[in-house]
Amino acid sequence: MALSAPAKANRASPVGSLVARAARSRELTLAGVLIVMATLVAIAAPNFLSPTNVVAVTALAAIIAIAAVGEAFVIITKNIDLSVESTIGLVAFAVALLLKQGTPIPIAWVIGVGLGLALGMSNGIIVTVFKVPSIVATLGTLSLFRGLTYLIANGHEVNANDLPAGYTQPASQTFFGLPLFVIVAVVVVVSAALVLRYAVIGRQFYAVGSNAEAAATIGIRSRATVFWAFAVSGMLAGVAGVLWGIQYGQLYASSASGQSLAVIAAVVVGGVSISGGSGTVIGAAIGALFLGLINNALNVLVLPQEWLQLIYGAVILFAVSADVLIQVRAQRAKARSRVR
Amino acid sequence: MSGPTSEAADVAVTSGPPPVALANVSKRFAATQALLDVSMDLLPGEIHGLVGENGAGKSTIVKVLSGIHQPDTGSVLLDGQPVLLHGPSHARSLGIATVHQEPRLFPDLTVAENVFMGHTPTGRLGSISWRQMRKSADEIFASLNVHLDSTAVVRGLSMADQQLIEIAKALSADSRVLILDEPTASLSAHEVERLFTIVRQTRANGVAVLFVSHRLEEVFELCDRATVLRDGRHVITAPTSDFTAADLVRHMVGRAVSLFPRSAAKIGDVLLDVRGLTLLGSFRDVSFSVHSGEIVGLAGLVGAGRTEVARVLFGLDRADSGEVELDGKPVHFRTPSEALRAGIAYVPEDRHLDGLVPGFSIAENVTLPILSRLFPRLLMHKSEEQSLAAGYSERLRIRSNGVDDLVEALSGGNQQKVVIAKWLATKPRVLILDEPTRGVDIGAKVEVHRIISDLAAAGLGIILISSELPEVLAMSDRIIVLHEGRMSAELSRSDATEERVMYAATGQIAEETQSGA
Amino acid sequence: MTIDPRTQGPATEAAQVPIEATTAPRANSRQVQSRRRQALSALARWEVLLIAILAAVIWQGMQVSPYFIQLDFWNSPNFGASVSGTMEVAIMALAMTPIIIMGDIDLSVESMIGLSGAILGVLWAAGIPIQVDIPIVLAVGIVGGLFNGMLVTRWGLPALVVTLGTLALYRGLANVVLGTRYVSNFPKEFTAFGFGYVPGTFVPWTLLAFLLLAIVFWVVIHRTWIGRQIFAVGKNKDAARYSGVRVATLKTAMFAVSGLVAAFAGIVLALRYNSVRSDNGTGLTLTVVMIVVLGGVDINGGKGTITGVILAVFTLAALQSALRLGGVSSEYQNVAIGLLLIFSVITPQIARQFRVLVDRVRQGRNRPAREPEPREVAR
Repeated sequence: MALSAPAKANRASPVGSLVARAARSRELTLAGVLIVMATLVAIAAPNFLSPTNVVAVTALAAIIAIAAVGEAFVIITKNIDLSVESTIGLVAFAVALLLKQGTPIPIAWVIGVGLGLALGMSNGIIVTVFKVPSIVATLGTLSLFRGLTYLIANGHEVNANDLPAGYTQPASQTFFGLPLFVIVAVVVVVSAALVLRYAVIGRQFYAVGSNAEAAATIGIRSRATVFWAFAVSGMLAGVAGVLWGIQYGQLYASSASGQSLAVIAAVVVGGVSISGGSGTVIGAAIGALFLGLINNALNVLVLPQEWLQLIYGAVILFAVSADVLIQVRAQRAKARSRVR
Repeated sequence: MSGPTSEAADVAVTSGPPPVALANVSKRFAATQALLDVSMDLLPGEIHGLVGENGAGKSTIVKVLSGIHQPDTGSVLLDGQPVLLHGPSHARSLGIATVHQEPRLFPDLTVAENVFMGHTPTGRLGSISWRQMRKSADEIFASLNVHLDSTAVVRGLSMADQQLIEIAKALSADSRVLILDEPTASLSAHEVERLFTIVRQTRANGVAVLFVSHRLEEVFELCDRATVLRDGRHVITAPTSDFTAADLVRHMVGRAVSLFPRSAAKIGDVLLDVRGLTLLGSFRDVSFSVHSGEIVGLAGLVGAGRTEVARVLFGLDRADSGEVELDGKPVHFRTPSEALRAGIAYVPEDRHLDGLVPGFSIAENVTLPILSRLFPRLLMHKSEEQSLAAGYSERLRIRSNGVDDLVEALSGGNQQKVVIAKWLATKPRVLILDEPTRGVDIGAKVEVHRIISDLAAAGLGIILISSELPEVLAMSDRIIVLHEGRMSAELSRSDATEERVMYAATGQIAEETQSGA
Repeated sequence: MTIDPRTQGPATEAAQVPIEATTAPRANSRQVQSRRRQALSALARWEVLLIAILAAVIWQGMQVSPYFIQLDFWNSPNFGASVSGTMEVAIMALAMTPIIIMGDIDLSVESMIGLSGAILGVLWAAGIPIQVDIPIVLAVGIVGGLFNGMLVTRWGLPALVVTLGTLALYRGLANVVLGTRYVSNFPKEFTAFGFGYVPGTFVPWTLLAFLLLAIVFWVVIHRTWIGRQIFAVGKNKDAARYSGVRVATLKTAMFAVSGLVAAFAGIVLALRYNSVRSDNGTGLTLTVVMIVVLGGVDINGGKGTITGVILAVFTLAALQSALRLGGVSSEYQNVAIGLLLIFSVITPQIARQFRVLVDRVRQGRNRPAREPEPREVAR
């Protein structure tokens, strides 16, 4: 009864645990880079750390982070949601219109989030029931939802005057020193992280994204899982939309245009693999903060704002390539380790 | 002999019906009868070996037991009661756990999570208890005397480790039946020993184990009883102590060699010379040569490395070391199109996945590799294409309603002929055929063999990869047998017998075989 | 997808005890064999449908306004003008078609328009003659396309994500190059190309360019072996590769062409408006994809015709014109485009599922369907 030496059993796993370690520390690495960057910027531009600036940075980053959490759900299942920016814009505008007509604030907010949920579910239906690839489906709804915004805007915009007095105040309020939006974002991120980590349904998102066939063998219904991923994404985009309205007060039919890219970049930078099955919402949130920091740094250091798109693009390409390189290296190592 | 023997009582003390059994199960797929009236049973606390050639029906039995397929006639019995298994998760829930040849794991998730996916341990408020999961996984691995980091991510783990995880999955669900489908195909000797220890342990826990394998020495070492299948039929079931290796082989193989037309050909100069070819992880030190007019058979079990050798020769993969010479000149193909241009053609194993383009007609498929040659001025002319395809269609006797027919409309045999025609049109010097008559009915098979024979007579050098012993024996001038990536035998036509090839393929070195280079 | 060399495939049970000792084609081959004609007619059906829609929209447009069908191509929002205005997306749709047929996509086209316009503007503003500017810009387009192609083929990254990244990257480069300024005052001879007519006729230069390109693409895709290879890759990339098709080269080339055409479109756009801004072209990717899909090209690859795409171009132009004449603003037109995109992808799916249902009911009593045993190989 020959027992294999323990060394033999572990021989193959260093590659596996290395990858695991790399993934786990993605969040830490990113956080570290974030701190270093923040320090450098603070040294170069002292007004970076002023309370107003900190609140400004974190407010927008919080909004993107919340949307990024939703997007992460979708990307983990190996899909993509390009329509987030239009959902944010539509919900923000719709809520503003409701408030203008005198709807009580809490009710307007609930309707807004509900609208986001409905939009997300529409995406889910198009993808799972009609089997339209998510890229095409959300490319279409990106435009569709934006069109709806134009429809309800009917050529008008919303000013701060139309909104209840002091409506935009929460954007700059702090609670025990923390900006309000940050608290909201933290609540969202933590809840989502708990679900994804500790709920059985939460792990199903990962299973479906990692190996949909194996998931089916176990009895996990991938279509339902993907549907709910889109529903969550829409709902959280709705939350982001509500916050957007509070932050900016002034809304146009084109509000939040271009944010889809920021959201996806945040998710990808945060370590969520575009091929599904891995990554955390905490990483996505840190990614949002990271990109928000870059955005703000450009402002504060008086660098041209035009560089932003360039950086987003480079960041996406870099993060995606890095993921692939890690995978390729791991697989090559695995092939070599087979003794023949 | 057919049907389970009553010696089953010797092996295990059973009170009551066997936990799982097959009763008169038949299963057919399109043109092939995969199983015909097969009955067998598994007893608790036994390791039951299932042996047979490639294509004898072992894989189908595994799929029927694990719920992937339903029998056409007959039934699966659970504790003596017929039951209809709706699918793999249903079978699993009834206590039948299967470890397939290809692991079905989640590469991005940890080992522990993979083991428990589907029945994750929960703690307070129904939330997942990761600590419990890790502990239980560690316990399972400890009970198997294995050190595996249950917090490691599955991606990057060796095949052997992935298999262990699959076994742990089975054990974690309190299965009564454990089916292992060719578990040792990718394992080293060390890992095989480790696996055996685990399987014995499982047996000691009262589980009924079905062990499907090609490797006869393993069957003898591990199994209490063995069942032999041949051509979809049950041949015999008996305690392994009742058999010798020769007996098993005889039961597996015993058929008269069919008549395949093979005209004697003049063997000319060396066309292809392979020396010391190695692809780490697939095969090592493979050397042989192919002469004009010669058919070299490449025999071996699934996983022996034959297709991998062909892929390297055709430029699909790059070897790690070794040389290949075509017409005396060294060649290093980086893409199939380079190999094509040099005159090597490869008819792949799976004509659906790799051989044919669905939605294309016969003519479109046949001309695909030679398009640039056929139409040097870019523009295509239907008539040239049609006449070329019609020519080959006639020569190979492809039965269709015209070369404009979609290839999906053809029978398996005719589809295979289209693939061959496609490669013939490239006017190759060396033709590699990988399982050319798989899924082809007997009439077409004879025709395909005739074609191969004619090609050799015309001066081509042919490498014939086949798992069908009669085919290899009848067609080849020389047979090279691969075992676990290395050459285990090189037999000339006169020396080759089914038993000798089988021995070499299963790793037993029979006395009279000539050793490989 | 990784091919594990350890598993050649299941030890299949095929070819064991054969039932038919015949090599005749399968019994139902007659209904399948005519499937070739069925397949062709399905495509033709889509094109007929498009023609019908086109005719309907034109008719409706004429109801809305008598100016609709006037051939004054530039001065009013009629059909002709709409057609001229659609030419940039039209030529990009032509170049996008082979990419989608091969199973990829190129989202970065709108940013290449912006980048090419920006580089043109900067070079022109710096005093470099336009005859030099244009080839430089076209070269940039090719390089951008090659970059996309290499990332997709060399590293196996999904085209979706790569071109999402370059969508941002190229737009970012446009921003950096041009900043917030805008450049105009391009030489009259060249802007004449942008919105002028072929002398003596009522055909705008841009329309002519599109028609010429359309002919080229049609010939290449439907009459040369390059096109045959493109379809082969789209239907079965592995089989194509095994058959000696240089898949990587083909894909990279098509991405390069897409970049080149997008750069050309960017120049045309700049000349037509006689101005470049760094946000030129924003939002056009959606329209391009929509045209291709509306034209009957299967988003999953393997099927499609240039004819369909051409019809889709005119249908879109007619639709936009009819909407505009009916008082619908351009923002709502985006709604229409979004709806049209989703509709044109869903409809074939529904049709297919319907046909599968009908087939299954019809064959329900016959012997079981062909077992996809060989396809279960773990690849």
